[in-house]
Amino acid sequence: MNETQNLTEAKAAPKLIIEVNSMHKWYADFHVLSDINLKVELGERIVICGPSGSGKSTLIRCINRLEEHQRGQIIVNGTELTNDIKNIEKVRTEVGMVFQHFNLFPHLTIIENLTLGPIWVRKTPKKEAEEMAMMYLEKVHIAEQAKKFPGQLSGGQQQRVAIARSLCMKPEVMLFDEPTSALDPEMIKEVLDVMIERAEEGMTMLVVTHEMGFAKSVADRVMFMDEGQIVEQNSPHEFFDNPQHERTKLFLSQIL
Amino acid sequence: MSDATITPPREFLKPPVTEVGVLGWLHSNLFNNWYNSLLTILVLLALWQVVPPFFSWTFIDSVWNTPAEVCRDIDGACWSIIPKNISFILFGFFPDGQQWRPGLAMVLLVGLVVFSADRKRWKKSLGVYWLINLVVMGTLMYGGVFGMPVVETSQWSGLPLTFMLSLFGMVAAYPFGVFLALGRRSKMPAIKTLCVIYIEMIRGVPLISLLFMSSVMFPLFLPEGVTINTVLRAQLAIILFTAAYIAEVVRGGLQAMPRGQFEAADSLGLNYNQTMRLIILPQALKIVIPPSLGILLSAFKDTSLVVIISLYDVLKTTKVTLSNPKWTGYSTEAYIFLAVLYFVCCYAMSSYSRRLEKELHTGR
Ligand SMILES: Nc1ncnc2c1ncn2[C@@H]1O[C@H](COP(=O)(O)OP(=O)(O)O)[C@@H](O)[C@H]1O
Ligand SMILES: [Mg+2]
Repeated sequence: MNETQNLTEAKAAPKLIIEVNSMHKWYADFHVLSDINLKVELGERIVICGPSGSGKSTLIRCINRLEEHQRGQIIVNGTELTNDIKNIEKVRTEVGMVFQHFNLFPHLTIIENLTLGPIWVRKTPKKEAEEMAMMYLEKVHIAEQAKKFPGQLSGGQQQRVAIARSLCMKPEVMLFDEPTSALDPEMIKEVLDVMIERAEEGMTMLVVTHEMGFAKSVADRVMFMDEGQIVEQNSPHEFFDNPQHERTKLFLSQIL
Repeated sequence: MSDATITPPREFLKPPVTEVGVLGWLHSNLFNNWYNSLLTILVLLALWQVVPPFFSWTFIDSVWNTPAEVCRDIDGACWSIIPKNISFILFGFFPDGQQWRPGLAMVLLVGLVVFSADRKRWKKSLGVYWLINLVVMGTLMYGGVFGMPVVETSQWSGLPLTFMLSLFGMVAAYPFGVFLALGRRSKMPAIKTLCVIYIEMIRGVPLISLLFMSSVMFPLFLPEGVTINTVLRAQLAIILFTAAYIAEVVRGGLQAMPRGQFEAADSLGLNYNQTMRLIILPQALKIVIPPSLGILLSAFKDTSLVVIISLYDVLKTTKVTLSNPKWTGYSTEAYIFLAVLYFVCCYAMSSYSRRLEKELHTGR
């Protein structure tokens, strides 16, 4: 892996997995995202931060079309997101998403939560899907809970199940929308650890989070958003030690 | 080091006692001020006037199983009208000697209902049992095989008719209602409009007019000579009617689903059908079981309206009994019996729905 040199202009261009070109989005009259440009290469880890209401969730939700953009272009793994439902479903199978509030299916057991996607979307045989699900449950250190229902697990355990559920679809990219914000403090670490392990395996990740320790140790790039724009992006080292914009400085002074 | 830093063991106290015993209860609930005391006394007086005479009419001066003539000479209730006419009240014009057939059909139906009441049995196989039951009941009622003479549907009447119309109406209306509810939430304007119009139109008219239309209008659209059997027509009208109400209840359940469930399903790449079938409906339908049972309850009572298209439900068979000169004049007894019959059925359903509500509330 030549991860260290992929930001330099290497001859063999690294594979672009997400490309967003001058994208705009409105909620009715409200211009929530303005002129977003973003390129993500395979294997990159990006942390997105910014004040509440700045459009972080909206941006990553546009990438798997949970929200629709009105202008510009979003291309995921070579597929442009348009109104074509087939393209949307294809992109969604390639992009995993982890939500702030886990959004597990409460009427299904943990193992059923995990096998649902593979069985119905990927058409994996049930037995094979279950074996894979157990493998991923082991990866998130929770295999012994397979037969329980989500309501019987703690928040941290539920979020790890949600991560495993996404992994079962073997996504090319994982999106995380504040995965630890709804957790009690003592459970944050267990979830971050699981995320760090996935990063070390080379998973491409876009993570909205305010966990700056995670950003410093894992991110290749940190992006700062404010009022629907990407204000600044840089390597974590530069971003935290040498912020360029006033708004970034103000934000960092508030959270650090 | 002083002992003062040691916390004494925590004491658990009883709540303060404000009222004690029966007298305390009476005082605080019935005689706590002058007008409540007055009301209590008035109510007691009224009860004194009504209850003892009713009691002796019902139980002391009454006769229970005598010929009609005996009833002429007594002051109390003539309950004899019930046992002497029970087979007609329950089974109507179903031929004598064959009435074990609707009887057995009803036992099967009630048995299946009781069997279905346990949530552990809610699996696919239960649907199969219902289908089998429908076939078996139909065969029992109609006959024509195994040496059972054919009994035309025009002779189906009484309690089996009431049960069948309401229960099978409900079972058939449910899937239809679910589709209507989904249609009403559809993003496609044409489908949405159609469903809204259907639901609002049906909910805007009483069942009785729908039954009436089914007997007057259906024949207009059919080629001459083709008739739809009356029972089927009533059943159709009840299904169409009930479905609109189920649709609204189910829509409520769909609206109660958190947005995150849709989003999680979407982000896995599940399509609309899969999302609904695997994620949303199983949860939404669970929420609406209690209100659905409420609909079944009113459907059960509404079936008495089928008299308008000359079907003989249990209310009508009772009326026919009363038109027999021997038994005219004992309508109070007959209607009390009917009220008790309806009450027992409805009370069973509503207490079941309350139990379910509790079960569903406390856990999975
Ligand atoms: N469905 C919606 N309809 C209208 N406005 C919305 C909707 N979702 C979010 N918004 C608004 O868009 C802005 C950005 O929201 P969001 O992307 O959730 O911000 P963040 O995740 O950075 O806190 C906020 O001002 C929010 O109120
Ligand atoms: Mg957010």
